[in-house]
Amino acid sequence: MCLAVPGEIITLLNSEPTARTGLVNFAGVKKEINLSFVPSAGPGDFVLVHAGFAIQQVDTETAKRSHALLREALQIDAISE
Amino acid sequence: MQYLSEYRDPEIIRALSRKIAATVTKPHTIMEICGGQTHNIMKYGIHRLLPEEVRLVHGPGCPVCVTPISKIDEALALAQEPGVTLCTFGDMMRVPGSQGDLQNCRAAGGRVRMVYSPADALQLALQHPDEEVVFFAVGFETTAPSVAWTIQEAARKKVRNYSVLLAHVLVPPAMEAILQDPQNQIRGFLAAGHVCTITGYQAYHPIAARHRIPIVVTGFEPVDLLQGLLICLEKLEAGEAGVVNQYARMVTGEGNPAARSCLAATFTEGTMTWRGLGELPASGYHLRPELERFDARRLLTRPPAPPPPNPCPAGDILTGKLRPDRCPFFGKSCHPGHPLGAPMVSTEGACAAWYRYQNPPSLNGSAHAIHP
Repeated sequence: MCLAVPGEIITLLNSEPTARTGLVNFAGVKKEINLSFVPSAGPGDFVLVHAGFAIQQVDTETAKRSHALLREALQIDAISE
Repeated sequence: MQYLSEYRDPEIIRALSRKIAATVTKPHTIMEICGGQTHNIMKYGIHRLLPEEVRLVHGPGCPVCVTPISKIDEALALAQEPGVTLCTFGDMMRVPGSQGDLQNCRAAGGRVRMVYSPADALQLALQHPDEEVVFFAVGFETTAPSVAWTIQEAARKKVRNYSVLLAHVLVPPAMEAILQDPQNQIRGFLAAGHVCTITGYQAYHPIAARHRIPIVVTGFEPVDLLQGLLICLEKLEAGEAGVVNQYARMVTGEGNPAARSCLAATFTEGTMTWRGLGELPASGYHLRPELERFDARRLLTRPPAPPPPNPCPAGDILTGKLRPDRCPFFGKSCHPGHPLGAPMVSTEGACAAWYRYQNPPSLNGSAHAIHP
């Protein structure tokens, strides 16, 4: 039920603050998504979408950094084995 | 898909699995809260990558599974009221009430529509001002803001024919109830990542401190799940409690402020009845007094009778006391084609996930193979 999928905002369709929507691209599938809960997200930003609503903006910097850190930590481990 | 597929990398999965094996020296029991996590653990075989000392218990984080039969009966009664269209997520269609499910109800002429989003239900109400459109609002903190938004939007637009049957439940009170059970064996939690995108994780600090357990906010992909387990196991081995955020790319400490303020403007927290856990204080959302006109129950002319007892031991399943395959009905009188209870209905239910992914490969996914 709490399934949520990341997608990239392509364009804003409605900029009214209480009913903000945008076209979001999910690996080729594009859908109009309610952006009311991500007021600062715009085209080019990634958002996490659940039941037609963006529930959070993806922190892409943190994503890259923590992924790199994880790889690094595990590779160091692999060498020490 | 970006921010998804890199968390299914086999090389990282193997390395995490090796690191977990090297970390564990004694038995540990960990509960993953969210049904989406349960589903992916079974789907990707994460439990098979763990040493035998690690026992995973599937938690109550499946909204379909914890919605009480009495609420399903209210939904069924609403769908049979003249002039009412009941909108619901697809997951709810086959959950058995006392007398059939919403799918049967629709086949018999009840007005039931599946929607992708609560916003679709509100749109339907705007397009059909002569109909009463009811949204059957199930789900955890992840889903509740979108329902709250439709209520606020309906209030702004003075929509009079839209209402909600609320069955929203909250995660932290369920964790507290599980931990307070004298038979509890859970020593660590993977907290539900998508719930925390909304709520943040401040509410988990007192739970972790009070019960001296690790709680790891965890995502849903195989790398997320294994990393969450590794963090939890490292803390258990070290005898440490506390909250750690594995899912930092999506979750911040304070969650989503816009969604939380929409929740606060729409709902108050109050007692809710959970299937299997009973009545828990402050564990569900109720409409704020000034928004009570959006309560769909005002449309009920014939409130349903209390449901008869159901033999499904959903409570023991949802609290991790009974493993699905050890239930006397599992795979016999209860299977996905004929569910006795909700945990066998939803793909996120522990029983359905066990049934689908835990059978020997030759039987995998086939109801007929196990029950000719």
